[in-house]
Amino acid sequence: MNSENGSAPWDVFGYFADHRAEVLDLLWAHTWLSVLPVVIGLLVAFPIGWLARRYRWAYAPVVSVSGLLYTIPSLALFVVMPTLLGTQILDPVNVVAALTIYTIALLVRVVADGLAAVPEDAVQAATAMGFTRLQRLRTVELPLAVPVIAAGLRVAMVANVSLVAIAATIGIPQLGQLFITGFQLSVTGPYYPPIVLGIVLSVALALLLDRSIVLGARLITPWQRATAAR
Amino acid sequence: MIRFDAVSKAYPDGTVAVDELSLTAPSGQITVLVGPSGCGKTTSLRMVNRMVEPTSGTITIDDRDVTSVPATELRRSIGYVIQHAGLFPHRTVVDNVATVPMLTGTGRRQARRRAIELMELVGLPASFADRYPAQLSGGQQQRVGVARALASDPPVMLMDEPFSAVDPVVRDQLQQEFLRLQGELGKTILFVTHDIDEAIRLGDRVAVLAVGGRLAQVAAPADLLATPADPFVAEFVGRDRGYRALGFISAEVAVAAEPTVTLGSPVARAHDVAVDDWVLVVDDGGLPQGWLHLRAHPDGGPGPAPGDVVTPGLLNLGGTLSPIGGTLREALDAALSSPSGRGVVVDEGGRLVGSVRAGTVLEHLHAATADPSAQVRP
Repeated sequence: MNSENGSAPWDVFGYFADHRAEVLDLLWAHTWLSVLPVVIGLLVAFPIGWLARRYRWAYAPVVSVSGLLYTIPSLALFVVMPTLLGTQILDPVNVVAALTIYTIALLVRVVADGLAAVPEDAVQAATAMGFTRLQRLRTVELPLAVPVIAAGLRVAMVANVSLVAIAATIGIPQLGQLFITGFQLSVTGPYYPPIVLGIVLSVALALLLDRSIVLGARLITPWQRATAAR
Repeated sequence: MIRFDAVSKAYPDGTVAVDELSLTAPSGQITVLVGPSGCGKTTSLRMVNRMVEPTSGTITIDDRDVTSVPATELRRSIGYVIQHAGLFPHRTVVDNVATVPMLTGTGRRQARRRAIELMELVGLPASFADRYPAQLSGGQQQRVGVARALASDPPVMLMDEPFSAVDPVVRDQLQQEFLRLQGELGKTILFVTHDIDEAIRLGDRVAVLAVGGRLAQVAAPADLLATPADPFVAEFVGRDRGYRALGFISAEVAVAAEPTVTLGSPVARAHDVAVDDWVLVVDDGGLPQGWLHLRAHPDGGPGPAPGDVVTPGLLNLGGTLSPIGGTLREALDAALSSPSGRGVVVDEGGRLVGSVRAGTVLEHLHAATADPSAQVRP
């Protein structure tokens, strides 16, 4: 390690050049560890959110219980996951499962509120025209809930990108590893390059994923632009 | 034909929305359910397509119990129009109109072609096809709503305050076109409104509902105005019902010749033809333009000098026009609103036929009400 000549934060590029393959591996791991829980979380949260919307009495308890999940410290969740799932401590599944729980915590409410935001007139009209409940959900309520759900997905996605880093403390490799490396190399004085690189890449990844959601949502909701342009 | 047979709807908390409603909406006619809020008119409407299930009683459409088919299938065979149109904001106009044909398995291309035809039928240009509902005005959205309800050519239509959320001018236009459309299509229509004027204008039959879901009276509009069944109906149909009833009596009132001058003539010419202080001015085509006052204005301004020419700026535009063969209401209104006291009567082309005085209209009314064969519009 070239810690003695690279303690300046701006030597990030030098550090990256020296550890290119390793850092790209970490970035890739970080990416899928962030994205996968959001995808699974949305799939799980959707039916729960739908139930909370469908049965009014269920809304308050479901939303508060799912909200409570978010208060569990992430480190604790990472640590108990192997016991709950019967996995190895170093299995990335632990991280995916834990982050999925956080995503569900965020998205249940978002889904319920998104479905609630669908204009009642449109729902009534769909029923009156003879849509089955499933047809109505798929072709009317779901598309109209996209703007609200997409906004919630952005929050969950960005939160996950930052939460994943904590998993470095239990030895799952991703960008958080760079902070640990930086800490371990700070023997005689602070050694910044891996730390700064980790921050920069995390922020860049968060921005990229956030933009992707915005763009994807825009692509599937053309009517929103037509309305805004009026 | 839609028939309600002792239909009731009570909610678990004891509220009775509809109480033993028995009513027939004849085929090919518009039956209007009218009443104050809380009278159960919308609930009654929604029981026909089973958006609400009755507590007791049966509803049949052409003698078939509505509960004998699955609700979704039933609904696809009934056109439904609601207050704010209830268009799908995420679908283009053409896709909105094509909704039911697509649901029932019509191919996309054919459904869209039919949708364009329907848009033209309700007075929307085909160029609107790819717009989204939010890009349309309220009146245009309501037209799309009507086109969508007509898309699968259902024999029965349910309309829940379809014209209530648009401004009065647009509403008037939509009502007029709705009547024209119904004249062509002859659907069996159940129409809900809280507006008695709308009910009387559109209904072949009007059913007045009282709070608590009680049917107070069913009658043709003219009969409803002439002989309200009880104090509630009398109160509900309102204070000017005598005047409004004139709208159902055709006026065969004798039209008197009216001297005129054309725009651009000298004022002196108007003095020559005048029978009093007012002279009717027409354009070269004989279309009435307004009244010319020949004396000084009561508010101090001088009258037009005999050497002046008649210009639009000199004219009083008060006075409605009554079509020849129109109703007594139109004739009387023309006479009462005219500054000269002479109501202007025009032909189908809007050209002057002559004039009529309020007294003449009332004499005619007197004769018409004395004669039982007086022509009453259906």
